[in-house]
Amino acid sequence: MRLIKSIGDWLDARLQLGATIRETAEHSVPRETASWFYVFGSAAFVVFMLQIVTGIMLALIYVPSAGEAWNSLQTLNHSVTLGWFIRGLHGWGSDFMVAIVLIHMVQVFLFGAYKYPRELTWIVGVFLLIVTLGMAFTGQVLRFDQDAYWGLGIGASIASRVPLMGPPIVNLMLGGPIIAGATLSRFFALHVFVIPGLLIAFVAVHLLMVIKLGINEWPMPGRVVRKATYIKEYHELTKKDGIPFVPAAVWKDLVFSAFILLSVAACAVYFGPFGPSGPPNPTIIQTAPRPDFFFLWLYAVLSLLPPSMETPALLIGPVVVILGLLLLPFFFGEGEKSWRRRPVAVLTILLAAVALGTFTRLAGNAPWSPVMDAWSGIPIPAEFLHNRTALERQGALVFQVKQCHNCHSLDNQGGKRGPALDAVAVRLTQDQLIRQVIQGGGNMPAYGKNLSPAETTALVAFLETLHPAGQSPARDASRAVALEPVAGAPASGQP
Amino acid sequence: MTPPAGVTRRGLFMQIGIFLNGIVAVILGVPFVRYLLSPVVHERKGSYDSWVPLGGLEQFPSGQTRLATYRDPVVSPTDGETADIACWVRNIDGQSFQVFAINCAHLGCPVRWFPQSNLFMCPCHGGAYYQDGSRASGPPERGLFEYHYKIDGGKLLIKAGEMPTPGQASNIVREIRPCA
Repeated sequence: MRLIKSIGDWLDARLQLGATIRETAEHSVPRETASWFYVFGSAAFVVFMLQIVTGIMLALIYVPSAGEAWNSLQTLNHSVTLGWFIRGLHGWGSDFMVAIVLIHMVQVFLFGAYKYPRELTWIVGVFLLIVTLGMAFTGQVLRFDQDAYWGLGIGASIASRVPLMGPPIVNLMLGGPIIAGATLSRFFALHVFVIPGLLIAFVAVHLLMVIKLGINEWPMPGRVVRKATYIKEYHELTKKDGIPFVPAAVWKDLVFSAFILLSVAACAVYFGPFGPSGPPNPTIIQTAPRPDFFFLWLYAVLSLLPPSMETPALLIGPVVVILGLLLLPFFFGEGEKSWRRRPVAVLTILLAAVALGTFTRLAGNAPWSPVMDAWSGIPIPAEFLHNRTALERQGALVFQVKQCHNCHSLDNQGGKRGPALDAVAVRLTQDQLIRQVIQGGGNMPAYGKNLSPAETTALVAFLETLHPAGQSPARDASRAVALEPVAGAPASGQP
Repeated sequence: MTPPAGVTRRGLFMQIGIFLNGIVAVILGVPFVRYLLSPVVHERKGSYDSWVPLGGLEQFPSGQTRLATYRDPVVSPTDGETADIACWVRNIDGQSFQVFAINCAHLGCPVRWFPQSNLFMCPCHGGAYYQDGSRASGPPERGLFEYHYKIDGGKLLIKAGEMPTPGQASNIVREIRPCA
């Protein structure tokens, strides 16, 4: 014990950091900030540390070469002792980090922490969010599998839509004309050197400002921020009702961080590492690429936007959102901090959460994607074929063979791209069915050239049987009238 | 102590030092930027596309659409399988062909051909195309990208080498007749 102290004294006599560290650790913070609401920033930092450690460990085995990366991930998963666990920690750590950064952002937004004098802390925080998402995307690329390959294609297709600069940007992003060796090498450089360098620098500035300016006090309704008086009021608060950060507040950070690290480890053990999915061979086209969890909402947006809106939304949307976040403290730098007095702020968060949650959930079952093997893999349920004529059953066969099932569901099975057809006969008359099949429209391809008249007749005969029991199919009233004179010809047809 | 007015000896030396470093910054900076921009420099980009063989004509029966693969003309030793690119070859009538890029014109996912319904379908966002490559439905704003082709010595060749993207289809047949 005495030895440790003498070594410590020897070091401190030369480094002269001890007093500064002690002073920083014990600085006074407002009593109410020792709260479970104030633990997310430190938790994000701790997960980032975990990412650095596990990232370096993965780099010991990983080969950043388009020809070898996928094999080296297989080696990590199956041959290296606990390689699967380190990959799991890094993958789940990434998801946790994005989640915690978002929660932290919501907390400081609702607590008004971006207001004077912490505007720059918020702005650096916005950059931290961007580089964290950048790490998540580039990391997904380094898991060089089918999803990564086609994900890069999607990224390139989006980038190519930038006016004038699009094609050069794509070449710069890919490092050449196609997704290949140079692409992976440059994403490796981004993921391992460039973005982590930025992240460390931004974290350092962010933390420095938190210490220099003091942690945001607990917002009280009616306690209004004014530039003229705020700093004086804050210092009075910490002097009058302050507690030392260490140990009075830090224990909650420590407990929460430990809980988060354990949760990451539990997910890594229970769910295992992410992929890799199939090898990055572009000639294997039997694939349905999906993005990682935190980009699923974007996948949904790209599927649901009207085509003409897509390019403007893709190029202008992110600029508007980021500018809005960056400019927020300049427009609302003073005033009420408490969420109880800021209904618009609360509604904004709720709207964003509901929107992102809905899009993410939708992307989970992707109703806009055709089910590529429904026509051959999902049979028509038996009740739709029971007691049907030969012609109607022939139509059911056409329904399968012509891949109708890929986009239309029966009894909730099959594609959801088009409307479910369980009760289509109630909605459309025979003529309307024929027209829809032959001409398409309303986002359906026209099948006129691909169906013989006999096939169309059979298919429509089958579709006409699709109505709930006891509910009659739609009929064209004018047709009945047109047919009437023929039916009643002997009685009223003759003068 | 007030700083001495005018140019001082040590002030001049510092300015010379800064000036020298400025020259060094330019001397190093120009090659740095040139290196970073190498994928987009004009003479390099011009050589991206070249004629690549897809195989003998007998592999592409008349009236059918078949998957073909080729090795990208620009390869580096670390490319592995990623330089093997797929495309769809449609032999219209035994005389004329259409060669479509595998990449959906929406966001580049691989489209699949369904000969039974004569449609290309994309598994990502649900784009669909007719057999002539024109847009049938879904989010794409145009038809499939189409390569230039030629027949030489009984082999089908296409001009390829750059991944087609919606904003960048300069070396690729742009206009695809809309389905009447």
